[in-house]
Amino acid sequence: MNPSRVGAIVMRQFYLYRGSPQRILPMFAWVAIDILLWGFITRYLNQVSHSGFNFVPALLGAVLLWDFLTRIMQGVTMAFFEDVWSRNFLNFFATPLRISEYLSGLVLTGIASSLLGLIAMLIMASAVFGLSFLTFGAALVPFLLVLFLSGIALGIFGAGIVLRLGPASEWLIWPIPSLVSPFAGVFYPIAVLPGWMQAISRVLPPSYVFEGMRAVVAGKPAPWDRLALGGGLALIYVLLACLFFASVYRYAIRTGLIARYSAETVS
Amino acid sequence: MTASSAPVLSVQGLRKSFGGLAAVDDVSFDVAAGEIVGLLGPNGAGKTTTINMILGVLAPTSGRIAIEGVDLKARRSLALAATNFAAVYAPLPGNLTVEQNLRVFGMIYGVKNLSQRIEELLAQYDLGRYRRSKAGVLSSGEQTRLSLAKAMINRPRLLLLDEPTASIDPSTARDIRAGIESFVAQGQGGVLWTSHNMYEVEEVCDRVLFLSRGKIVLEGDPKRLPAEHGAASLDDLFVAVAHEHLHDQPQRVAGA
Repeated sequence: MNPSRVGAIVMRQFYLYRGSPQRILPMFAWVAIDILLWGFITRYLNQVSHSGFNFVPALLGAVLLWDFLTRIMQGVTMAFFEDVWSRNFLNFFATPLRISEYLSGLVLTGIASSLLGLIAMLIMASAVFGLSFLTFGAALVPFLLVLFLSGIALGIFGAGIVLRLGPASEWLIWPIPSLVSPFAGVFYPIAVLPGWMQAISRVLPPSYVFEGMRAVVAGKPAPWDRLALGGGLALIYVLLACLFFASVYRYAIRTGLIARYSAETVS
Repeated sequence: MTASSAPVLSVQGLRKSFGGLAAVDDVSFDVAAGEIVGLLGPNGAGKTTTINMILGVLAPTSGRIAIEGVDLKARRSLALAATNFAAVYAPLPGNLTVEQNLRVFGMIYGVKNLSQRIEELLAQYDLGRYRRSKAGVLSSGEQTRLSLAKAMINRPRLLLLDEPTASIDPSTARDIRAGIESFVAQGQGGVLWTSHNMYEVEEVCDRVLFLSRGKIVLEGDPKRLPAEHGAASLDDLFVAVAHEHLHDQPQRVAGA
């Protein structure tokens, strides 16, 4: 792994973001809208439920954590899409750049952009709605780690799909978090799902995070063993996503897809 | 130009087929350091397919490519570190400035003293006043100069140029040719050059390879080759080869 080449991929993204408010604004705008919307919903639920249950950490915390995963995934795929939109594959892949270096650059970009989004979310959620991540205690570290790995896996997988199917398949990638969220139990316990959905939940690392989060909010100890399982699964998915991307890349090299990549030529 | 003996590029038995149709068929040639080799042929003859295979973005069906003696298939990254290219169909990202493009690609090639190298190239290709301009707003001639500056950033041992002077004015084309000739004259590397401008090829290339239907059908000195084959000029020879190609062309090969 050559750090200079990884740095080049990150630097390219930095240049793009630095001179482009239209790229920076969405990093915060959607997050702010989500926090506002769900913040007021939780405040309303606290007022009408009279149960004494605090919905802020359970619901707003869940929104915040889910947004974190989504931001990481989109950070990786957006960095990849920049090369799709500028038809830059031939320029990049006809250089000494290795696939591992390219993907590392995309992931580092995803981390940087999602951390900025996370900080904005935290400030807004605590300042306006009094949500403190300290509520989650030490379990916050594995929560973020599992979601971080899951977001990277989804991002690389999405990039592989677009590389294989062409730029027009971009629309398949954006809804992936929405497709996963019902199974991940973001807002409700997995136990309320039918059996077949629970089976899917068990292989989705984020489901362990949200189950763990609800346990901590309910005053129970963090389920460390379940979180470790989620972390292991997420790590496996990152490796599988990298293998998937590398396999699509090899296909693209074999068929000439890289050299003539555009919406019109890919089939 | 004087070519040294060790080839910077060695292509042996190269073949690429798409669905059973051969776009490149048993092509073998060398490019020596200090040599400019022209790769000529009508559209669809297999020139770009050959270049894409040398650039590592298209896997050959069979055959071997070695750059500076390094096998491209076995040690892709190392082999491509000694290479660079400019092609009319591969513009640099239009949303980066001239300087940013050179910096990003300089980092990919691990160029030492990159800032100094960028300044040299900005001066050499007369791009200094555009250094903070987005590549996408440059004229086609300026974009070509930027592509060539990028192609030179790592002082490649093998330079691949796919129609580098297409769509630019004769004056700029002349400057570009002079720049490439100067690069080669310094013995820094060898060049594989495709062009449809036979005047340019005759002026610049030490040797030409005529491709037709994926095969090398003629090879030699562009200044002597026409007379050796009873043609009045390289242009006429090209037309003769192209007509022969068209008359018994069985089927167009996708990707060629």
